[in-house]
Amino acid sequence: MSVKDFLQKLSEANGVTGYEHAVRELVIEELRPFADEILVTPMGSVIALKRGVRDPKDKTPAPKVLIEGHMDEIGLMVTDIDHGFLRFTEVGAFDVRVLPAQEVIVHGKKPLRGIIGSRPPHVLSDEERDKVIPMHELFVDVGLPEDSVCELVQVGDLITIARKMATLKNNLVAGKAFDDRSAVAAVAEALRQLSATKHTWDVYAVANVQEEDGAWFGGAFTSTYKVNPDVAIALDVSHADQPNTAEVNVVPLNEGMGIAMGPNIHPLVHQKLVDVAKANEIPFKATAYPGPTGTDAWAIQIVREGIPTGLIDIPLRYMHTSVETLSIGDLERIGRLLANFCASLDDKFLRELKGEVNGREKNMGARPAPRKRAKKRR
Amino acid sequence: MLLEKLSNARGVSGNEGQVREILIDAVKAHVTEYRVDTIGNLITYKKARGARGKSDLKVMLAAHMDEVGLLIVHHESNGYLRFRKVGTIDDRVLLSKVVLIGKDKVPGVIGVKPIHLLKSKEQEQVIDTESMTIDIGAKSKEDAQSAVKIGDYATFATEFDEIGDGLVKGKALDDRTGCSVLSEILKHDYPFDLYGVFTVQEEVGVRGARVAAFAVDPNVAFVLESTVCDDSPKKKDISPTTRLGNGPAITIADRSFIADRRLVNLLTATARENRIPFQFKQPMVGSTDAGHIHIAKQGVPSVAVAVPTRYIHSPVSLLSLQDYQHTVALMTKALPKLAKGLEDL
Repeated sequence: MSVKDFLQKLSEANGVTGYEHAVRELVIEELRPFADEILVTPMGSVIALKRGVRDPKDKTPAPKVLIEGHMDEIGLMVTDIDHGFLRFTEVGAFDVRVLPAQEVIVHGKKPLRGIIGSRPPHVLSDEERDKVIPMHELFVDVGLPEDSVCELVQVGDLITIARKMATLKNNLVAGKAFDDRSAVAAVAEALRQLSATKHTWDVYAVANVQEEDGAWFGGAFTSTYKVNPDVAIALDVSHADQPNTAEVNVVPLNEGMGIAMGPNIHPLVHQKLVDVAKANEIPFKATAYPGPTGTDAWAIQIVREGIPTGLIDIPLRYMHTSVETLSIGDLERIGRLLANFCASLDDKFLRELKGEVNGREKNMGARPAPRKRAKKRR
Repeated sequence: MLLEKLSNARGVSGNEGQVREILIDAVKAHVTEYRVDTIGNLITYKKARGARGKSDLKVMLAAHMDEVGLLIVHHESNGYLRFRKVGTIDDRVLLSKVVLIGKDKVPGVIGVKPIHLLKSKEQEQVIDTESMTIDIGAKSKEDAQSAVKIGDYATFATEFDEIGDGLVKGKALDDRTGCSVLSEILKHDYPFDLYGVFTVQEEVGVRGARVAAFAVDPNVAFVLESTVCDDSPKKKDISPTTRLGNGPAITIADRSFIADRRLVNLLTATARENRIPFQFKQPMVGSTDAGHIHIAKQGVPSVAVAVPTRYIHSPVSLLSLQDYQHTVALMTKALPKLAKGLEDL
């Protein structure tokens, strides 16, 4: 499936944080032809392994690279049934101003169409129209009598925005949940390209759950533990150029991607991504995050004894709305970069990461040789 | 379903042609003649049938074809479009919506600065239309100009569908609903001359109805509408204006006119005789084509009947098909009674 078609499928599927099962099925179906093995972690993340081709004489296990995006999306959750209308709260961060007059799907005993109602201007004073409607005053109307609603919906049921993907000019698309299903689409594209490319490392393509809970990045923490990679690349959306934003804060849309730096990022991994991008004439902008990146990379970096981690920014406009906008060209380029990155990984790079290459000073941030040390202490 | 076709059709005030074409197709077999006047109203005429003797009565039924929407006013140098509202729309319903622009239905989105980049104070501020832009994916002013012209109309990309228990949702139900009701009324014969008028530009000041009423010069007028239904739960005990499912809403008075009491009585009596549920719209809310029709020439006794519709003037509204059917039934039962003429004032 093309990147665009797969993104559309992913975007129009529903999977709020903690409830990613419908999306997971799509991911498994798409990755299966390119994977040697697929497994689902106890939390629900998908791990697809594509084995590297090793020199038959080499009996050492293949090093592992993990590439990932998260497949959950922000959503709403029913908190109360009020005269047949649903009150709700948010799962993940919404700007409450984008919610009025949205069409939604309420995931009750069966999926119910709904509308986040808005009172008509005819009955509102100027003063009222000048106030943002707080979330506790918003409601979902499913067009059913109160007793049917009580039968079909309960507190805790999830609500997603009903939105079909739209194609804009210049190969841009707009829709919901591109944060971060676009990353999943790019990872799938990388795996597809790798099926026609020689690579010696084992590639683990991962679609993680539960990024948007904002506290734990629980999916990334646990699936990375399971894989225990030598290098990991996280993909997440980043603000693209858009109205009312400063150039310093954005990655230009349709001009590649961001390759991140900062304390969350292993400098050698960053450099490798940059080198591969340059060698393949893939445009990018170096981005810098002074602390938390707000992405799975933040969790992945401190899994087990620490994982050398890189981060690719997918430029995205209007993040956390239902009209998130991105460039399919950017996604294709990111898929190509990832595939080339994975194919370029060799033993020398592994030794560099471990600080074992002659003539190189001990790498700041590189993984120490932990097992020996641990033994000594005992 | 005609209502579905009409709801999905795109016709912001001043650009009602597409809706008009659908209506001409729907009614031409049922009317004696029709014409389109200079402002764009579709005026259909249905000759009296089965009248005892000659009837001088001329009845006008009006429903407006236009919908609220957006008008493109400017191309920004970086390719974004600026727009203005056509008709009354609450600024707060516009963010994060898909719109279709111009004849070619160029898709665009009304974006908003991401929550991550907002200061908490900004989140408490309503963004007004003047500050919003539409993103069609254009790279530059020239790129945008190649796809969209200044003066192009934009409509919400909402699709009509069934929802809940016997309800439908869609855009522009105000007042394609009235248009659909009127089309059904025109399928029957009446013992007096009937003018079914599909008007333009109601949402920008009841422009079409004024000239149509002048041209038709009726003795009696009925305005068929889709009206405010504000029956969601609220903290304050305020009127819902109308309630969904409680039947056609009859206007006694709104901000644009006071309904003729004889016509109000005609409707309520008919409803009671035929066990058709009805409700009165809360007085003094909203305005309709009746505002201009009732003061045309020497004055025209008028009344408005409406299907209660939630969330009108937003990208998606919702109504009960039962209310719709009851409105059609009430009108088709009430109209023949007019043959006896109205009682004295």
